[in-house]
Amino acid sequence: MIVVNNLVKNFGSLQVLKGITIRIKPQEVVCVIGPSGSGKSTFLRCLNLLETPTSGEIIIDGIKITDPKNDINKVREEVGMVFQRFNLFPHMTALQNITLSPMKVRGLDKKEAEERAHHLLKKVGLTDKAHVYPDSLSGGQQQRVAIARALAMHPKIMLFDEPTSALDPEMVGEVLAVMKDLAREGMTMVVVTHEMGFAREVGDRVLFMDEGVIIEEGTPDEIFNNAQNERTKAFLSKIL
Amino acid sequence: MEIAQSYLSHIIKVLPQLFDGAVLTVEITSLSVFFGIIIGLFMGLGKLSKNIIFKVPSTIYVDFIRGTPLFVQILLFYYGIPGLISSITDSPFKIEPMVAAVVVCSINSGAYVAEIFRAGIQSIERGQMEAARSLGMTHSQAMRYIILPQAFKRIVPPLGNEFIVLLKDTSLLAVIGVQELTRKGQLYVAVTFASFPTYIGVALVYLVMTLTISRLVSWTERRLGVSDRRE
Repeated sequence: MIVVNNLVKNFGSLQVLKGITIRIKPQEVVCVIGPSGSGKSTFLRCLNLLETPTSGEIIIDGIKITDPKNDINKVREEVGMVFQRFNLFPHMTALQNITLSPMKVRGLDKKEAEERAHHLLKKVGLTDKAHVYPDSLSGGQQQRVAIARALAMHPKIMLFDEPTSALDPEMVGEVLAVMKDLAREGMTMVVVTHEMGFAREVGDRVLFMDEGVIIEEGTPDEIFNNAQNERTKAFLSKIL
Repeated sequence: MEIAQSYLSHIIKVLPQLFDGAVLTVEITSLSVFFGIIIGLFMGLGKLSKNIIFKVPSTIYVDFIRGTPLFVQILLFYYGIPGLISSITDSPFKIEPMVAAVVVCSINSGAYVAEIFRAGIQSIERGQMEAARSLGMTHSQAMRYIILPQAFKRIVPPLGNEFIVLLKDTSLLAVIGVQELTRKGQLYVAVTFASFPTYIGVALVYLVMTLTISRLVSWTERRLGVSDRRE
């Protein structure tokens, strides 16, 4: 589903990603962990070209997205993204946030888009918030609307960029619960996270990144209970 | 007392003429800001563009207009350019003062509005564009549905300010004989020599207009602010 070969990203003279190679299978949930500045978010943002890779290739669902000939907008329709800071559109209600892209990009009519949006709001537990503007919602509610907004495009892959890092502790659970449901339904997910409990419970595979490379990867059990690399051990000992 | 009485009678006499002038002032300003917004939107987007075909001309335009006095721009456009055309085509060429006034003020306003748009667009958090793009929207869809509607709210106060500045600056059009507010005053003084009451009258009419506009702007601002918060 996702193939990444020798992905390199430079910001000026700083090399943030130093050759990432990985394959992600359909329905797999991959959690990316690592210290801040390790390049995890940059890696994730390369997967839908919010950052343009310096070199290397990314192939999503058979389409080589690093090839400028391919239409990135088409690929992005299939790849949903959830941001740390939610990034809801503040001038639109929750419902409008969710329906905009299906209508403008997929060409759904309003009725169809709204039906789908109401269904998704129910799924994330916010049936009664359809006509509320984002700044009247709590952080956890906003993030759940953001997940519903991404799902409205029926993506094949969902990318999560530290989806709970900007939340008050008591709201982390409600967002993780929605993500767990999604994983259970078989969504292919790449999750950059500091929630080790989530990675352990929901992840099929855990990647530990540091200084722009994947230091170690394995099942949650292999990484959390039996890490081989010293840097992985040092990182885990600090946060667990 | 005598002075006061004569001043008062001058003011009463000149006021209807000043109102005529004020109407023209408002007309010129409104038209110019209207065209200025259209020019400014494109030039502002041009300045933000990564494509040098858009970026370079809009940058030159904005720099030139903002870096030279409106007074000189008026003289250049009304006298200079027709003069140039006359000597090239070897036949007389003239522009109507009113046409010149609206064109010059629109071009002038466009440069300031371009900067207002640019600043407004840049003030929108980067995450908004990223969220829109991640949902498959093209750059122009994201601009149209996400960035510009939000930028517009932030643009209203500086746009109101631009309207006020231009309204006052149209007084410079007196030099090419456009009979706006200041020119009407000048014409009355030329006949009566009553410069103090006339120009005080002129100043007060400007003041009433600018105060009214700034009240309107803050009212609009409050209205727009409310829509962020309604449920």
